[in-house]
Amino acid sequence: MLFWQILIDGFAISALYALGATGFTLIFGVSGVLNLSHGALMVAAVVAAWVAGGDLGVGSYLGATIGVLVGLALTMLTYFAVVRPLQLTRKIREQEKEIFILTATLLWGIMIQELIAYLYTNNAKTVLPIVEGVVMIAGVRTPANEIFTAVICWLVIGLLWLLVNRTRAGKAVLAASMNARGVTLLGIELSFVYVAVWAIYGVLVGIAGVLLGMFLGVSSYSVGPLTASAFSIVVLGGLGSVSGSLIAAYVVGYLETITAYLVSPAYRTIPALLLLVFVMYVRPRGLLGRR
Amino acid sequence: MSPAFSLVGRIFSSRTLWISLIVVVLASTLPLYVSGYILGLLTIAYYFGVFSMAWDLLFGFANEVNFGPTFLIGLGAYTAGILDNLYQPPILLCLIAGALAAVTGGVVLALPALRVRGPYFGLTTLVAVLMLQNFVVVAAGLTGGEIGLTVPDVISIDDKVNYWIALGFMTVSGLILYGIARSPVGLILQASGQDAVQAGALGFNVTKHKLAAFIISAFFSGLAGALLVFYLGAASVGTFIDVTVGVQVIIAAVIGGRRTILGAVLGSIFLIGANEALRPLGDLSTFIVSAMALVVVLLFPSGLLGLLTRTKEAV
Repeated sequence: MLFWQILIDGFAISALYALGATGFTLIFGVSGVLNLSHGALMVAAVVAAWVAGGDLGVGSYLGATIGVLVGLALTMLTYFAVVRPLQLTRKIREQEKEIFILTATLLWGIMIQELIAYLYTNNAKTVLPIVEGVVMIAGVRTPANEIFTAVICWLVIGLLWLLVNRTRAGKAVLAASMNARGVTLLGIELSFVYVAVWAIYGVLVGIAGVLLGMFLGVSSYSVGPLTASAFSIVVLGGLGSVSGSLIAAYVVGYLETITAYLVSPAYRTIPALLLLVFVMYVRPRGLLGRR
Repeated sequence: MSPAFSLVGRIFSSRTLWISLIVVVLASTLPLYVSGYILGLLTIAYYFGVFSMAWDLLFGFANEVNFGPTFLIGLGAYTAGILDNLYQPPILLCLIAGALAAVTGGVVLALPALRVRGPYFGLTTLVAVLMLQNFVVVAAGLTGGEIGLTVPDVISIDDKVNYWIALGFMTVSGLILYGIARSPVGLILQASGQDAVQAGALGFNVTKHKLAAFIISAFFSGLAGALLVFYLGAASVGTFIDVTVGVQVIIAAVIGGRRTILGAVLGSIFLIGANEALRPLGDLSTFIVSAMALVVVLLFPSGLLGLLTRTKEAV
């Protein structure tokens, strides 16, 4: 009984983690940017869906769509207002840009977080679920929303896989992550590829955020932990490796669920952190990372 | 002239330093004509300045982005606080214990962390903060948990004495850190930060120098943390360990000017002052301060001190 409970809950949470981390690793793989405002973008999508669904009363479908769109819009703003200027500036040495982008996106994340706290308080917000009701799976009462979350996550990840591996634009993105200079030599405009990747990332962030808002609910305090969990999953799986992050998401998701059920919810994050430190020590490039 | 003398000569030949020393002398007379409220703010800003200077040594020189300055600060603060709470030894002993704990923690953190580069290093330090935070909450019997820890002793109850201690401590720390940054060691650190392979090929032990930078940074962070505990009379996760505190330290150093050490103090005073002035705005104050920091990062990457001294960054 408990076994099935852990198996089902862990699967849904891990699927959500996987979706959140996929976008994060994608932009790192292609443009070398670690976006520390990741959590803030997700929370912003949730709050937008919450406001649209609740205050404006547009219903759960439209609310969720608005949430995803706001996530996308903010992500593009992050790229054009924060990341792009730093990449183009000549005031900072090339090898120091990485650190500046880390710091700038961190500050940007804090700005979004504080603005949300100011406008909509620190209270936890839950988005109206699209599907309601409870389903029995192997004797476990499972909210239908949980199944919905897992299905959507895998559907989106599957679509992303098709996009990257089967379409011309996707192949350009994949090629850019392998060798940016090679791609430009083939006559593909690299800046278009970057914009495309950030747009994909924005959609992923929006969907992951809204699903998280339906499943668990978030507050502006979740910004830091969300970024940290995406960051650790991605590092655990290997920066830039999408399949690595998928595996890592499941490892972290199940570790947390097992700890929460068998030990105590208070210790939820500790085993995953310990594992992360251990992996960094014995294999700094992560499970499937490239050198 | 012996190397030690030429080093001292080089440090004191810097114009920035002489100006700073004059400012310090002027600052030491402030208690004569300024209210206790402003003195209290400046006291905290000075300790914060030491946090930021210690952080700048790692970021500006060794080019290592340490997202966990509060790991070192918190270790120093809590060790000193817990020791005082349990046994009430002389305060000096608590301070030494705090600094030593931070150095030990720094070494434990640096050894695995320095094996990894760039973002991985940043993440390791971030994880260290989260673990310390978890530990403080879990070991509530010892640390006071989420409520916090009250310390039975304080160094002094007099505003002015506290102010002078903070100013003196900041000045001494600043001199030492600035000296290190200007010394050959600082140059090697800078070289290792910019191109570790090439610095290694020139025969410098990159890991050893970075470890040394980490230890020095840890020592000053821990000592400043311990002193701040005895000024505030209490320690809590929210004031010493939380990631947001670490972010403030980072913002102060970035606003003040990276790779200047002394700019960090300027940034801290600005930050503490701005936070206080904008307090009536509530949550919006952090938003405004972060936005200002972001503008500085985007438009003036060399910070306030960089603007004042107009040192051109090599392109």
